[in-house]
Amino acid sequence: MKNYLIPLAVLLVAGCASQPTGPEGKLRFAIDSMKRDFQAKGIAGMDRLEADKLLQTCNQTGNKPKPDVAEAIEAEQAVAIRLPADGTHMGDWKEGEKLAQSGRGMTWSDKAGQPNGGNCYNCHRISKNEISFGTIGPSLVGYGKLKGTSLEAQKNAYSQIYNSKAFSACSAMPRFGHVGALNEKQIKDLVALLLDPESPVNK
Amino acid sequence: MKKRIMAAALVSLCGVLGLSFATPSLAQKKDETIAGIEKYREMLGDDNPAELYEMRGEAAWKKPAGPNNVSLEKCDLGLGAGIVKGAYAQTPRYFEDAGRVMDIESRIAWCMMTVQGISEADMRKRPFGSADKPSLMEDLVTYVVTASKGFKIAPPNTHPQEKAAFELGQSIFHVRAGPYDFSCATCHGQDGKRIRLQELPNLTKAADNQRAYIGWPAYRVSTSQVHSMQWRINDCFRQQRLPEPKYMSESVNALITYMAVMATGAEYKGPALKR
Ligand code: HEC
Ligand code: HEC
Repeated sequence: MKNYLIPLAVLLVAGCASQPTGPEGKLRFAIDSMKRDFQAKGIAGMDRLEADKLLQTCNQTGNKPKPDVAEAIEAEQAVAIRLPADGTHMGDWKEGEKLAQSGRGMTWSDKAGQPNGGNCYNCHRISKNEISFGTIGPSLVGYGKLKGTSLEAQKNAYSQIYNSKAFSACSAMPRFGHVGALNEKQIKDLVALLLDPESPVNK
Repeated sequence: MKKRIMAAALVSLCGVLGLSFATPSLAQKKDETIAGIEKYREMLGDDNPAELYEMRGEAAWKKPAGPNNVSLEKCDLGLGAGIVKGAYAQTPRYFEDAGRVMDIESRIAWCMMTVQGISEADMRKRPFGSADKPSLMEDLVTYVVTASKGFKIAPPNTHPQEKAAFELGQSIFHVRAGPYDFSCATCHGQDGKRIRLQELPNLTKAADNQRAYIGWPAYRVSTSQVHSMQWRINDCFRQQRLPEPKYMSESVNALITYMAVMATGAEYKGPALKR
């Protein structure tokens, strides 16, 4: 509260005395400023400002790590992927479509313990007949026709949703399984949406 | 009279939107929503419900209040005590008396505290209002920004602290964090992208910043109220899945400074009407 009225002291402590230089210094200063200026709200705790090693690297390199670094990151993320123990990867595409449509979850206005949506249409075109789609990610129309339904294709789609960073180190796509935003059944339903020949994605 | 016309327009628009949200086809939904907003604009002519906020804000600005029982007319918004006209267009800026870079809301709050003697706790109680109960700040800010209609956005960006704020804002814009690994740039870092049907300005570029910055504060039809730039940043951090940035904190003011400087030269046209 008080710091609003005594900003000089804060500034001196937080950075005025050591004006950050260079990309590393500026990044550290930005994160320190955020840690000072944010507060936990609802389910969104302050721990969310702690970047893991991957994000640190992406932030430090402007999302363009050197090829060997990127490869090492991708391998590290890949080994942490947990494929379903029962060996099946395709669920119900109708449930998958509902999940892909839902953008809810993980914000401070969402309730704890409620299942998260997939947010997929926020970034992807998926079913041809859904015209409300985002364009941050590529179109996934016809994805199953392109990739087929082999075990390999299923594992790949499952892994992509589980952890996009196993394929592209600093991908804009969230790591849905890795961070526990989507569970095994949900990811299976999404794999079915993408690959099932009966899904509107492939019709 | 004007007030009543606007109220009537609001009710009928809510009808249009309510109807459209209940229809199953999203294509239809978009068309109807846009048609609804257009119809609404037609009914209002040049009016925007933000005018009601402006009128209330002007009255609140000129009315003695707070423990000191004085009005805000002596408030220095950067161009000298008592000058409101054009002041918003030259914020955020460094204020010697406060020793920090302030956006327009922070400065108004500063005046409420230092001129009127209102406590910081009281000032912070309810920054963001609701449709049926706008906050005092929303009224005041609408009044103050409207007085910059026709002025070009021109934050000074000359004082070392102003430059530091720009740099901090630019850095924060690119920090990825949270469960979804998002930064502002994830959604606002490329040209011509969308989330669903909502177009995303590329806020790393001047032209898009100019368009986006003059759109705020805005009267949002979807929430039936005026929202400030502090609110806009707050809600985007929510979408970023981060914890909440404190109201008027250095980090938020730095982001606003970054966007304002990037938007330099754009003509401010007063509070916008938005989806
Ligand atoms: C924030 C935006 C974003 C969201 C949300 C998102 N994705 Fe992606 N996705 C991307 C981007 C960007 C790529 C391009 C490859 C990369 O950078 O990883 C991608 C790639 C993919 C690919 C690989 C495409 C290919 O060419 O092989 C699949 C499959 C995919 N996403 C599925 C999904 C599903 C299913 C969801 C919902 C659970 C989802 N995505 C949510 C941004 C997103
Ligand atoms: C997950 C995606 C996402 C992230 C992350 C995000 N935004 Fe946004 N932002 C949006 C969407 C969607 C809109 C449009 C909202 C609407 O139309 O209601 C928007 C709108 C805006 C606008 C208003 C644009 C206009 O033309 O009216 C500004 C300014 C803005 N965001 C700034 C930011 C800043 C600064 C950050 C980082 C703190 C940020 N956003 C992070 C999705 C995002």
